[in-house]
Amino acid sequence: MTAWFRNLPYYSYLALALVFIYLPVVILVIFSFQDGLLPVPPFNGPSLQWYAKMMENERLIDSLFNSITVALASSLVTTILGFLAAYGLAKRRPRFAGVFQFILMAPLTVSYLIIGIGLLIALDIMGISKSLFAVGIGHVVINLPLCFAIVYSQFGEHMKSIDAAARDLGASDFQTLVRVIAPIMKPSLFAAFCLSATLSWDEFIIAFLLSRFEVTLPVIIFEMLRAGLTPEVNAAGTVVFAISFTVVGIAAMVIILGARKQNE
Amino acid sequence: MSEELVKLEGICKHFGSVVAVDNVNLSVGKGEFLVLLGSSGSGKTTILSMMGGFTVPTSGKVLIDGIDVTDTPATNRPTVTVFQDYALFPHMSVLENVGFGLAMRKIPKAERIKRANESLETVGLKGFGKRRIRQLSGGQRQRVALARAIAVKPAVLLLDEPLGALDLKIRKQMQEELVHLQKNLNATFVHVTHDQEEAMSIADNIALINHGRIEDYGPPERIYLRPNTLFTANFMGESNTFEAEVTKCESGRIDVETQFGKHNLPGEYAPGTKLHVVLRPEQIKLTADDIPGQAISLGAAKTIEIVFQGTHKLCYARCGQALEQTFLLRVEPNNTIQEGDMLSMFADDRDIILLQE
Repeated sequence: MTAWFRNLPYYSYLALALVFIYLPVVILVIFSFQDGLLPVPPFNGPSLQWYAKMMENERLIDSLFNSITVALASSLVTTILGFLAAYGLAKRRPRFAGVFQFILMAPLTVSYLIIGIGLLIALDIMGISKSLFAVGIGHVVINLPLCFAIVYSQFGEHMKSIDAAARDLGASDFQTLVRVIAPIMKPSLFAAFCLSATLSWDEFIIAFLLSRFEVTLPVIIFEMLRAGLTPEVNAAGTVVFAISFTVVGIAAMVIILGARKQNE
Repeated sequence: MSEELVKLEGICKHFGSVVAVDNVNLSVGKGEFLVLLGSSGSGKTTILSMMGGFTVPTSGKVLIDGIDVTDTPATNRPTVTVFQDYALFPHMSVLENVGFGLAMRKIPKAERIKRANESLETVGLKGFGKRRIRQLSGGQRQRVALARAIAVKPAVLLLDEPLGALDLKIRKQMQEELVHLQKNLNATFVHVTHDQEEAMSIADNIALINHGRIEDYGPPERIYLRPNTLFTANFMGESNTFEAEVTKCESGRIDVETQFGKHNLPGEYAPGTKLHVVLRPEQIKLTADDIPGQAISLGAAKTIEIVFQGTHKLCYARCGQALEQTFLLRVEPNNTIQEGDMLSMFADDRDIILLQE
């Protein structure tokens, strides 16, 4: 009892932090079950009518599949590029490794709006029109620093000797990469992929700037919002949130279990 | 020495302005167990790494079986390295690890499994094939690393402090097993270590590396009993060193003047030469009767400290006019010597090592 009392400030602080982070989301989710036309108090319900309406919204369902496609494809490319960059930098330790690392990580600090505008101009010059493909390229650009950082952090000194051992036993560059390095790095590659996929899934600004006819889910939600506040927006938002939350959860589990396995 | 297998010709390695290896010439015979011995930073690992193809020398040549492999990467060299951290592949089973080199050589699966199993049996891990790496102890991992290396039948096996991470008992056991393995396979091993006892117990020849150069080279007995330099004498075990000056040289014997008297010793140096006299602790006896050859009296010393070590007692004693010279002796474990006792010290004149400054 006294211990609990002594720890009260900490628990209160934790509770406050969680409320601060999750209250908006909780409200969004609650009012997606609203039985009425407006997602504002008082809460009447629960009702699944807005979910049913959402399922009938063809444009919204199409955009959901567009989002999934962009997220998976861009994350696959990002993870491969990030892995190769991390491997090269960790293995070769080039003279200006720190500079390379900075150059790879720097885009993290640039706002998506700026990157989006830059991409808009650059893709126009290259003759790539606004499309889901362009959005995918944009998502590779913004997610690469993070993927690189996640994978790079897992390349320890022991990976260097494992790499050397594989070559020493006769493996080629490609064999070393595919049969030894990538399988060992699997947990961090998977984590990088999941994180990149959720960031792409949630991303709005670049998707908004670089898409035209086919759009992603966040863009549709924005359009719906402009038309007016309805619980359908809440329902769509809830779906977005639920999927992100699940994917991040899986990634976290894999990382934690992977670390536990290594410490055994 | 038998047929020459590995030859280093004047190899140097510079890292920026640091000279890690400085003009090393060394050859390893077929079936030889060579130990590169040195403290950390001496350049011994860099030499091994240049044999293995992981480091390209700044200048000089590496020849294996008469072929210049200086610029050949590790993948294409007939060498395999056993790494200090074993570098086992954690995502593969023990058998897959051992068979990896064979798989890379495109050996059919059935044959690969057979040979990997044989290799495991050689290192005493029969039946461990299905285990995961994380289920093994340090000593077992070490054996898997060895099995993986010998499975591809390398011309030379390079071992980079492979026993460093093991505890003392397993380390001693692995030392013996390494020697048995090397003799049974009639293989050529080059082994890097900083532990002079390990070096002496496993090597056919020791190359003592200091500041990127070979300080001394030869069989363990010679290196220990007849070191060529003062550095070697001090590195290879405990020793007592004091200065002497030659006063007379006549028919293979010299008279030397030391801080505790004149002695007549075997040797040939011109009068006036300054020498270091080196004696191992176990070579100093307490009575002249214990000495088979011609006994030299080193005078009396006062016991300062006694440390019991099981097989013997270490005894620190001081002598000289102001007790300025410390001597280290090994006496029988049942000797009842006490701190403060006076000792007489004798040595066989053939044991005494004389080194020129």
